[in-house]
Amino acid sequence: MKLRIKYSKLGNLRFIGHLDVMRYFQKAIRRAKLKVSYSKGYSPHQIISFAAPLAMGITSDGEYFDGEFDEITTSEDMINRLNEVGVDEIRVSECVLLPDSAKNSMSVVAASDYIIETKNNESEISDYFALANNLSEKIDSFINQDEIIITKKTKKNEKEEDIKPGILKLEARNNKLYMLLSTGSIYNLKPELVLMALCRYLDVTYNIFDYRIHRIETYMSNEDGSLIPLYEAGKRF
Amino acid sequence: MRKLALSDEILMSIEKPARYIGGEYNSVMKDKDEIDIRFCMCFPDVYEIGMSHLGIQILYDMFNKREDTWCERVYSPWPDLDLVMRENNIPLFALESQDNIKDFDFLGITLQYEMCYTNILQILDLSQIPIKSENRKKGDPIIIGGGPCAYNPEPIADFFDIFYIGEGETVYDQLLDLYKEYKNSDMKRRDFLIKASNIPGLYVPCLYDVCYNNDGTIADFGPKYSNVPDRIVKQVVRNMSQVTYPEKPIVPFMKVTQDRVVLEIMRGCIRGCRFCQAGMIYRPTRPKDVNLLKQYAQNMLDNSGQEEITFSSLSSSDYGDLAELTDCLIEKMNSEHVNISLPSLRIDAFSLDVMSKIQDVKKNSLTFAPEAGTQRLRNVINKGLTKEDILNGSLQAFKGGWNKVKLYFMMGLPTETYEDIEGIADLSEEITELYFDNIPKEQREGRVMVTASASYFVPKPFTPFQWAPMIEPEEFVKRAYHVKDKFREEKNHKSLKFQYHEADITILEGLLARGDRKLCDVIYDVYSSGQIFDAWTEYFNKENWDNALNKHNIDVGFYTYRERSTDEILPWDFIDIGVSKSFLVREWELAKQEQTTPNCRQKCSACGAAKFKGGVCFEAKN
Repeated sequence: MKLRIKYSKLGNLRFIGHLDVMRYFQKAIRRAKLKVSYSKGYSPHQIISFAAPLAMGITSDGEYFDGEFDEITTSEDMINRLNEVGVDEIRVSECVLLPDSAKNSMSVVAASDYIIETKNNESEISDYFALANNLSEKIDSFINQDEIIITKKTKKNEKEEDIKPGILKLEARNNKLYMLLSTGSIYNLKPELVLMALCRYLDVTYNIFDYRIHRIETYMSNEDGSLIPLYEAGKRF
Repeated sequence: MRKLALSDEILMSIEKPARYIGGEYNSVMKDKDEIDIRFCMCFPDVYEIGMSHLGIQILYDMFNKREDTWCERVYSPWPDLDLVMRENNIPLFALESQDNIKDFDFLGITLQYEMCYTNILQILDLSQIPIKSENRKKGDPIIIGGGPCAYNPEPIADFFDIFYIGEGETVYDQLLDLYKEYKNSDMKRRDFLIKASNIPGLYVPCLYDVCYNNDGTIADFGPKYSNVPDRIVKQVVRNMSQVTYPEKPIVPFMKVTQDRVVLEIMRGCIRGCRFCQAGMIYRPTRPKDVNLLKQYAQNMLDNSGQEEITFSSLSSSDYGDLAELTDCLIEKMNSEHVNISLPSLRIDAFSLDVMSKIQDVKKNSLTFAPEAGTQRLRNVINKGLTKEDILNGSLQAFKGGWNKVKLYFMMGLPTETYEDIEGIADLSEEITELYFDNIPKEQREGRVMVTASASYFVPKPFTPFQWAPMIEPEEFVKRAYHVKDKFREEKNHKSLKFQYHEADITILEGLLARGDRKLCDVIYDVYSSGQIFDAWTEYFNKENWDNALNKHNIDVGFYTYRERSTDEILPWDFIDIGVSKSFLVREWELAKQEQTTPNCRQKCSACGAAKFKGGVCFEAKN
């Protein structure tokens, strides 16, 4: 049986990497005594796979992994058991049963949204964030540009890229910035790049440490093309 | 959310920030206002190494079981963070509370290897605690050291207030109770230390004087005051089955070196190898009850979620109920997907059977530790492993499908000749021949491979070789080349590999292992020249050591290349490990005569450890 599990990664755990989160759940699943399936062979491993990795420094309420289970109880019981043996800053919030035909979470991810606030009141950008109307106006004109070009530095050279197609939504919400961005294997846009472009547009200095970035949810495309949270691919049990 | 001592800017700019944030599953948080004593346990190396150490886990759990004490942890900041902390004047902090260590009551430092000594100074310095004990005042933490290197604490005597000689589970309660009295009264720091020195097993170096002869040897060593004991008796746990054990091990977020449950099955070793310090200082051998161990294994796996378990002991094959214990774990392996990682076992029918059940024989190699190339030299070191044992074990292994063998040797052992070291190549060759003679072509899968590696022998205190000379690094390298050439001449050289250790770090290890108080200034200067992480080849800088040794007129040869007389006062003679000096002298003589000594279960050799009234010394009598 294939389950999809949603969790939050909060607070200080923004400083642990994606591999560490995977290792965390491998152990938490064992502590919770959930009947996860194992591969065969001399060194069997749990059959679980994680969706869109989150960059270090970012917190999230919308992280996912899929797992193959030999036995299941109820959504509520499995969520509770994982949380009972978990740390405070990783909380499981959803657990759904996927149809057999479901593709794994890694491959279906299409978008994710973020809420961003400034934490440095001295920074140039904080003036824009302080006045919500002002921010709103600036964002509208920013997003109405024909293209939004950023310069991506790779190891060998620099290349210019238009990130506008990756910005699905961008708006001011109560002195915070909300953005919905393309994520996953087709086109992956990081929130930092949008911030960088916005700063350049506003002609203020960009410093990643001026912001607190939080991922709200990870989405997949529904049959009709609309975006739905990954957990809606399955049903509670 | 717990506060963090380091800013986002710093944490995002250094390697592996998870090393410094704490908050791991099963780490202990307490309310500061409800406790009297704040203890910080330190392993002076990087987090991944320190978190793999069982001793700290035992003490962390033991201290936190006391309601009045909160024990936290700290490890050496990696050089990248070290630099940032110095530039920004950030004091070193404990992982759990993220509070400054200088505000703690105790800083306990485990001393596992000599090459971490500069890291101890780094910890003290970054914590903004005076590096030398003499400069600390009431209100500064008490710096206490323990572990194997505490059995010769003299080279680092200036930096510690107290050394704990023996096993941590024994007298800490007495020390903590005394500390509370000191903290809550106007007792002076010196008076506290004098009282502490009267707790058995605790050595307070500032209360002792050393005088030297003109030739540099020790003329006299003793306490400065009449109310300070002149001998420190090692403290041991008498009944291993009644001692505290951490059943809720901390589960790190990041991958650490020992990423598994560690089950201590036995303390001490019956074997009596003459080069082995652990084999002497942990006497007598004390096994734990097998039913208790099964219970621990279950609880620790349940509480941690770890997928792998291993045993800790000096010689697991000598644990009487090993078969019962492994059977129990193999059952878990099959039902609960627990991997078993076996420590090096004596290779025989039993261990091969166990290994074939738990690992893929094609991928794994077998390990033997003959330590010396000829039977003559193996007799000198009292390594009770014969060529027949090795050949029989290898043959059975080849028949069972293995085709990779690893052999561990030492070079520079007392009385060693070129014939002995040529034996390393010959023994390796013989093992490959055994393969070709006994395994028919059609059954051979891949090439048989024998890998021999040789380390540079370091004489350690409290061993029969504590008087023995070390060979010089140039001679070690010469011998290594000689063996390498010998390997090339062997018929099956394509199936043989020979590796050897670096000599420059090892000779300093030899210096520090048997050094005296004069080395404190050297270590201080090496640290002051910017040297840390000596145990890491990429950070080790010989020049810093050479400069400091020159400055203080320290002759490395005096401490290492010289054979010491058994009449000489050794820097660690004031410690009583139970094993008597006369036994060690006897063993040293027998070594030179190439005579072996039976192990503790075969026959008691009256080493002296029986005075602790426990373990193997009393097994037969119960």
